[in-house]
Amino acid sequence: MEIFLDSFFNFQIMSEASPLLIRGLGTTALLCLVVIPLGLIGGLTVALMALSRSPWLRWGTIALIDFFRAVPPLVLLIFIYSGLPFADIELSPFTAVCVGFFLNNSAYYAEIYRAGIESVGVGQMEAARSTGLKKIQALVYVVLPQATRNVLPDLLSNTIEVVKLTSIASVVALQELLYSADMARSVTYNSSPIVMAAGIYLLILWPVVRMLSNLEHKVGK
Amino acid sequence: MDTPQPILEAQDLRKSFGTLEVLQGINFSLLPQEMVFLIGPSGSGKSTLLRCFNRLEEPTGGKIIFDGVDLMSPDVNINTMRQQIGMVFQQFNLYPHLSVTKNITLALRKVSKKDSSEADEIAREMLKRVGLEEKANAHPDELSGGQQQRVAIARAMALEPKVMLFDEPTSALDPELVGSVLQVMQKLRDSGMTMVVVSHEMRFARDAADRVAFMSEGQIVEEGEPGAIFENPQQKRTQDFVSEISR
Repeated sequence: MEIFLDSFFNFQIMSEASPLLIRGLGTTALLCLVVIPLGLIGGLTVALMALSRSPWLRWGTIALIDFFRAVPPLVLLIFIYSGLPFADIELSPFTAVCVGFFLNNSAYYAEIYRAGIESVGVGQMEAARSTGLKKIQALVYVVLPQATRNVLPDLLSNTIEVVKLTSIASVVALQELLYSADMARSVTYNSSPIVMAAGIYLLILWPVVRMLSNLEHKVGK
Repeated sequence: MDTPQPILEAQDLRKSFGTLEVLQGINFSLLPQEMVFLIGPSGSGKSTLLRCFNRLEEPTGGKIIFDGVDLMSPDVNINTMRQQIGMVFQQFNLYPHLSVTKNITLALRKVSKKDSSEADEIAREMLKRVGLEEKANAHPDELSGGQQQRVAIARAMALEPKVMLFDEPTSALDPELVGSVLQVMQKLRDSGMTMVVVSHEMRFARDAADRVAFMSEGQIVEEGEPGAIFENPQQKRTQDFVSEISR
C-alpha cells in the first residue's frame, strides 16, 4: 500500500513538479485556444463546400473529409513533423500540431456542421431567399443558427475529444501537459506527475462532460 | 382608356425536372390589383409555376416579366426583385429561432437596410393588420398554425411587395384555423393587393377571385372568371376536375 501511494500519490513530488506541469497546462490551453477555433472555422467552411452545388467541389471535399477522418491523427502528426522535413518543409512542434489538428478537426467538425445544416428544412432557406436575402445572408441569419443549435451537443462532444487529443502533441516534443508530466516522471523516477496530469484533465473536463450530458438530455426530450 | 400593363407575365414558360416537363409552355399574365387562383389536380404544375414567378424554381425556358423587367436576364438582381414579390408558403416557414417581430424585421434590416426602430414600427403595423399585435414577442412554436401563417403573411407584406404569391396557404391548417387566414387574405385583396393563389379552397376562389386558371399536366387548360370556370367549364379536363371537387 505504501509503495502504491508513494509511486502514484506522492504529494511531495507532485508539489515539486507542479511549476513544470502548470507551464505544460499553459501550453495545452494555448494549443486549445488555437486549434479549436481553427477547427470550427475550417469545419464550417468545409461543410459549406461539401454542400456546394458544384459536383466537383462537393465530391472533392467529401473525399478530403473521408481521408482525414480515416487517417489516425498520430500518423498525420508524425508525418507532418518528421516526414515533411524530407521535402524541406520544417515546422516547429507547435505549428506542426496546429496544422495536423486543423486538418483532422476540420474534417470532424465539418461532418457535424453538415448534419446540422441538413437538419434545417429547405423551407427555411426558401423563405429567407423569397424576402430578398442573399444566400450567404440566409445562411448566416436563418440556417446556421438553427443548424448550430441542433448539433450543439455533438460540437461540444467533439471539442472535448480535441482537448484530450492535444496530449498527442507530446510525441513531437511539444511541452504541453502530458509531455511535462512525463518529463517530471523521468526526472523523479516517480509516476505521481502522470497521475497529477490525469487529475488536471479530469478537473477541467469533468464539468464540461457533465454539462454535455445535461444538454444531450435536454435536446433528446 | 388604356389597357393596363400586366405587372407579371409568363411567356412560353418551361420547367423540366430531368426528363419530366412539369411546365409545358405557360402563357399567363396578371394585371395590377388582380387576384388570380391557380387550380388543378396535384402534379399539374401549379406550385412549380408559382415558384418560378420569383425564381425559387429556375425555369428551363421562356420568360418571366415582372413590372417590365425580364427576371431571367443575367443582369437582373433577383434579390432586389424578390423584395417586390412576397411569398407565403404551405408550411409557413417562419424562423423558429427568432421572435415574431424579428421574423418580420430580418429582411427589412438586412435587405432594405432600415434601422431597428423603423423596422420594429413596420412589424407592429403589419401585426396589427393581421390581428396579432399581442404576439410580437412570441416565438413561432407558441403560435397556432393559423397564427403562424398570418405572421408569415405579415412578414411578406412588410416589404411592401407589388405582388404576393400564396402557395397553398391553408393546406397545412386544421379546418377550424383556415377561416382566420382567409379573412386576412380577403382584407389584403380589399386593400388592392395583387395576388396569385394556389389553393384548394374552391369556395374562397369562387367568392374572392377575379380570375381562375385551371392547370393540368403542365398547361393552363382554361382560364376565366370564377363563375365561368366553376359553373360552365368549356374543356373536358376542367369539367372533370370541377365535377370531382364539387361532389
